[in-house]
Amino acid sequence: MTIINVDYTTKIPNNVDLASDRQVLKALEGWHPGYLDWWNDMGPEGFQESLVYLRTAVSVDPKGWAKFDYVKMPDYRWGVLLAPQDVERKVNFGQHKGDKAWQEVPGEYRAMLRRLVVIQGDTEPASVEQQRHLGKTAPSLYDMRNLFQVNVEEGRHLWAMVYLLQKYFGRDGREEADDLLRRRSGDADAPRMLGAFNEATPDWLSFFMFTFFTDRDGKMQLESLAQSGFDPLSRTCRFMLTEEAHHMFVGETGVGRTLQRTCEAMKAAGIEDPNEIEKVRALGVIDLPTIQKKMNLHYSLSLDLFGSEVSTNAANFYNAGLKGRFQETKIDDDHRLTDAVYPVAKLVNGRIAMVDEPALTALNMRLRDDYTQDCAKGVERWNKIIEKAGVNFRLELPHTAFHRDIGEFKNINATPKGVLLSDAEWAKVRDDYLPSKADGDFIESLMQPVSEPGRFANWIAAPKVGIDNKPGDFEYVKIAA
Amino acid sequence: MNAPLKKQHLIDPEICIRCNTCEETCTIGAITHDDNNYVVNADICNYCMDCISPCPTGAIDNWRVVAEPYSLEDQFSWSDLPAQEDVASEDAGGAIEALEDEIGALLEEARKGLGGKAVAPHSASKPTINLYNRGKPAVATVTGNFRLTDASAESDVRHIILDFGDQPFPVLEGQSIGIVAPGVDADGKPHPVRLYSVASSRDGERPNTNNLALTVKREPRGLCSNYLCDLPRGARVEVTGPFGATFLHPNDPAANIIMICTGTGSAPFRGFTERRRRAMPDAGGRLLLFFGARRPEELPYFGPLQKVPSKLLGKFFCYSRVAGQPRVYVQDRIRAEAAQIAALLGHAGTHVYICGLKGMETGVDEAFADVCRGASLNWATLKADMRDNGRYHVETY
Repeated sequence: MTIINVDYTTKIPNNVDLASDRQVLKALEGWHPGYLDWWNDMGPEGFQESLVYLRTAVSVDPKGWAKFDYVKMPDYRWGVLLAPQDVERKVNFGQHKGDKAWQEVPGEYRAMLRRLVVIQGDTEPASVEQQRHLGKTAPSLYDMRNLFQVNVEEGRHLWAMVYLLQKYFGRDGREEADDLLRRRSGDADAPRMLGAFNEATPDWLSFFMFTFFTDRDGKMQLESLAQSGFDPLSRTCRFMLTEEAHHMFVGETGVGRTLQRTCEAMKAAGIEDPNEIEKVRALGVIDLPTIQKKMNLHYSLSLDLFGSEVSTNAANFYNAGLKGRFQETKIDDDHRLTDAVYPVAKLVNGRIAMVDEPALTALNMRLRDDYTQDCAKGVERWNKIIEKAGVNFRLELPHTAFHRDIGEFKNINATPKGVLLSDAEWAKVRDDYLPSKADGDFIESLMQPVSEPGRFANWIAAPKVGIDNKPGDFEYVKIAA
Repeated sequence: MNAPLKKQHLIDPEICIRCNTCEETCTIGAITHDDNNYVVNADICNYCMDCISPCPTGAIDNWRVVAEPYSLEDQFSWSDLPAQEDVASEDAGGAIEALEDEIGALLEEARKGLGGKAVAPHSASKPTINLYNRGKPAVATVTGNFRLTDASAESDVRHIILDFGDQPFPVLEGQSIGIVAPGVDADGKPHPVRLYSVASSRDGERPNTNNLALTVKREPRGLCSNYLCDLPRGARVEVTGPFGATFLHPNDPAANIIMICTGTGSAPFRGFTERRRRAMPDAGGRLLLFFGARRPEELPYFGPLQKVPSKLLGKFFCYSRVAGQPRVYVQDRIRAEAAQIAALLGHAGTHVYICGLKGMETGVDEAFADVCRGASLNWATLKADMRDNGRYHVETY
């Protein structure tokens, strides 16, 4: 394709007046071809020419931003959209609390802020890379469309972060923007920055778990960045959150529909005991204990994304007014945290105990707790599906100390209940708690594509409502367009 | 007289994923949550619809007609949405056609000929309603305004195309939009809203355009119709809606559709026909149009209709004022086609739609009764059954 003479001012929908911001426009124009190359190399494999019924953000007005139409993914209008500016907005926490929110980067925080933007930005393309092979095994056109929607929106979120880098961070920002396209998920030489974003997403249950757990970490991070005293970052993240909600939806309903199908199949076959794994698997559905194991894996990987429980970096970000707490402005305290403490789960004399730490350095822990609460509510919804189907089984989030690679518990083995085990004991029970190779092989064996409109793979139930009110047999993806 | 009924906005707890987007979007604080559910406060919600499109799940788009609104405590306790209760009013038990009483009253009047509760066809798509209202109208641009009737004809019926640019304005065939003529009346009050049926199909006047067409007849002292008919290309018009949730095109390609209209009542049927032609050209169901006018010169879309192949659309034109010829009304043609009509009415996939002047209702009803009698069918029972199953629809004015 030719990318010369593209009218970028119309190709990039934006509400930041790019047309009159020549320098940034030029920088984005320079970056755009590399982005398209990246999308074509690393975006959804095998469906770049298909027509996908996608939602495009064309404005931040609630009525205008969700526009649905058939689009070829490389032609998706990746825009730069910031939530409307509130001219009265203040810095709402930290040592600058009460100052007017910054419209430019404060010189002393330049490096810190750039790091925050780069870390957030790096996760966006990473998940597209991790999910690029999934289109081929989609359980329905509906699910395939949802996958691609998630992918193009992650692409837009990359644009959002790159805009900030190009507009506010000069040459350093441009170099960082280029590096975001250079690193690749799982690459030995240039991996993505965070661990969970270098793990493979081998099957659709993993994808649903990823969007539920890992994208929910993204939601928490975006929400605390939306509190930032640096107003352009705040406005960018606020708008990204409305898109992120769709990703939560894909995850929560994807797992929910998987559970529902499993329960239905068990009831129909008269299987009462969810632990009769082989019998359940013979029905061509995923048994509930395996779903619990998948959940254990993804939840624990996501907890690692919050970093060390006690972190001076987090304290500095907060003090500087760059990154707040989840829903900072709804919390009733001094928003400075100078003397406050916060209970942190730690390993004390070989036991897990709660220890009060200065609230400022415990901010990662606090955000992680908010995350856990948010996850638990979703898991409860899943349990309702199981309960409603009349199956006697409950899903549970594993203990914080379970299967961790970062923070207090990285050097110990704990069961999902929080019981500490020796290495030898752990090796014996590991496959009871985490998906084994055989579990993975079984799930993979179910991943047969279904591409007839209105039909779904046997292992997953149909959704209750269509996207954009479309009827059940709507052709969400025209594959051979 | 019953207590005044209210249309209450509710969130389906079974579908909601608690993403907080609606609460974040609502600027007047009508949406709140507890550990269990997200809920809408009926005392605060003003139907601005801002929360509808950002919702990722569709859980937000639920409505119930209630005598007494569900409290927040009720809503917090739900794990499913309650079914629509049988409220003591004939018109209110069915689908919600509009959220404002002004529009609701107009549609209720137009549906009177049904003689019962309006029900949407089972296979119809779910309509969006009330995305825009008087307080927050959409602004459309006139991109076409053509006279449809012959220059020699007395009546001036026009085909008007409204383009919505970047504003979403999702409509289904059979829905209406509201137009308010600018200015105020002698008492300084804004003019009443007028409803116009959409005459194009859901994907626009041409496929994948964000516009729609209206069929508007200039009424001698009609404020709104004269306003619309005089609009030049490029003029901007405030539009509300879309409205209507029952007089809709069935998506089932096997559905037979009998359409009966006079004058501008043809508007929705132009949409229906276009939908069939574009989306299901090989549909198994029959499409029949009984279209009455005084003379061919006064029949809207006379020319274009000639070009529609009879395989797609069976056309029966009925003229009541052609010199030297007997007066033929739609009911006469229905009787003349008795065998075909009776066969279709005996089929459970057949839908009947009547749209036009109120004066046609009785004649058409009697004609159907005659046709049925001849085929040993009971029209009164059949009509009620078809209506309850979303297969009989009336919109007259």
